[in-house]
Amino acid sequence: MSDPIIQIRDLRKVYQTGKVFVEALRGVNLQVPSGEFLSIVGPSGSGKSTLFHIVGGLTPPTGGQVIVAGQDVSKAGEGGRTALRRSKVSFVFQKFNLLPNLTARDNIRTALYISGRSPSRFDTEFQNILDLLGIATRLDHKPSELSGGEQQRVAIARALATKPAILLADEPTGNLDTANSLAVLKLLRDLNDRLGQTILMITHNAEAAEYGHRIVHMRDGQIVASN
Amino acid sequence: MIPRLVWENIRHRPIRTLLSMLLIAVPVTLILTLIGLINGYTEESRKRQSGVGADIRMTAPGASALSFSATTIPEKLVPVVASEPHVRQAIGTVIFPIAGWDFAVGIDPAEFDRMSGGFVFDAGRTLQAPNDVLVDTWYADQRHVGLGGKVNFAGHDWRVAGIVEPGKLGHLFVLKKVIQDYAGLGDKVSQIYIKLDSPANLDSTVDYLKKKYDGYGVLSMAELASLISVDNVPYLKPFLRVIIGIGVIIAFFVVSLSMYMAVLQRTREIGILKSLGASNRLVMILILSEAFFMGLGGTILGILLSYLTQYAIHAVMPASLPQAIVYSWWPKAGAIAMGAALLGALYPAMIAVKQDPIEALAYE
Repeated sequence: MSDPIIQIRDLRKVYQTGKVFVEALRGVNLQVPSGEFLSIVGPSGSGKSTLFHIVGGLTPPTGGQVIVAGQDVSKAGEGGRTALRRSKVSFVFQKFNLLPNLTARDNIRTALYISGRSPSRFDTEFQNILDLLGIATRLDHKPSELSGGEQQRVAIARALATKPAILLADEPTGNLDTANSLAVLKLLRDLNDRLGQTILMITHNAEAAEYGHRIVHMRDGQIVASN
Repeated sequence: MIPRLVWENIRHRPIRTLLSMLLIAVPVTLILTLIGLINGYTEESRKRQSGVGADIRMTAPGASALSFSATTIPEKLVPVVASEPHVRQAIGTVIFPIAGWDFAVGIDPAEFDRMSGGFVFDAGRTLQAPNDVLVDTWYADQRHVGLGGKVNFAGHDWRVAGIVEPGKLGHLFVLKKVIQDYAGLGDKVSQIYIKLDSPANLDSTVDYLKKKYDGYGVLSMAELASLISVDNVPYLKPFLRVIIGIGVIIAFFVVSLSMYMAVLQRTREIGILKSLGASNRLVMILILSEAFFMGLGGTILGILLSYLTQYAIHAVMPASLPQAIVYSWWPKAGAIAMGAALLGALYPAMIAVKQDPIEALAYE
């Protein structure tokens, strides 16, 4: 573990729905060192998804400061947040979110193309990741031809292809059966151990959260415990 | 990578893509068919004019060079013109409009044969009886009339005395004197065709006749041929603009609706692309590229369909509406279709660009 790769100070987020204002985050403070596998747990409405979205540059904060891999996300405009997603963070979603028209290989190539890397060839390091994920022989299949577990492993491969500073995983086992859930969690832990990949994982599954080095508990838009 | 993404999106929804292309193809076919008809007609008219074998054509003062005018020339002028220097032969002909672009030509068979080299008969003989009519093979095929059959125009039944090869001024020929009576023209003709003793005297004779017969339309056959073009057909340009306008509107709305549906259907995919860091520019390029591809496909389909309309029109009405394939209009029709397609895709592209990535990712 080294310097914080994520620094969050007094983070606030207020959503407006019609005339109603909803305070999703109420002064969150968090530091994540580089190389940490951090689990964030909490019930629905606790603010963990909002935190995830702000750290990933999908939505701007209302107040406070968020620095991700040296970039002040709180001051970034839409272009800055797009650049953050393109080069510094990657997502793994509960619903896999693979492009359904493309093969697994083309899904990965699309991420590489968007990040400005050559999509034509996978380097040796990435080939090793594909071997580790066990999908090297499944790359020419479309998502509809893959099992849930395979789809999620392709999504992880796609997320890692651009060598992000931070991997953000939103309920990565939420749509998987127990065996596949365990496999994915072990893979995330393995990737963290082997590559030193910083991982921020949101889950409401206590067992899944145990795979992280640290568990942060959220409730009502605030961090209530960290252990 | 962009062509691959666009291609896979198009391939993923083949029916939607094909229907959109088909609808874009409609205005392309409309434009190409209209231009083809005009071009085919003018080209055929050119050939038929040159088939007369004349060097100069003379029309009445105020008569349009291209359309059939009601204005006429006194027939007694024909021998006067025939006696002019370098004029070997002058013949008067009568044009009698039938319907649409069809017309019958009143001729003196002996004079006409002498100037044109004579008809090539597939069947029958030349004009003799007052109710005789000669038809060319195209007309005979179109109207399904054979030798001895009847053709009705000018409120009268005409008997087909002969079927001739096409290419000599008109598709139907009757005795000049007879049609003059039917048309109430008296001793008047529609035009005078003039044959010279030598082509070398053409320019000087045209100048001479223009000066001497001031006000009459005197044109060398070469000048007349150059006038018979799409650009000189009366009222074509405004009509063409209307057709192009309709085409643009159809292509615009078809693509707009299609791409709007595509953007809605693909909301989640746009969210995925945005989560991967795709810029607004890239999302817009993807949508517009898809529209461009549909416009291109619609253009190609429209061109292919114009061959189908050519076949269909020729099968139904080979004589009246010869449709040419005008290659020079392919890029123009394509540009119109693709321009409209791109314009139509702009609004859906803007919607795609403005989509919130979180909402898009949550879209079911």
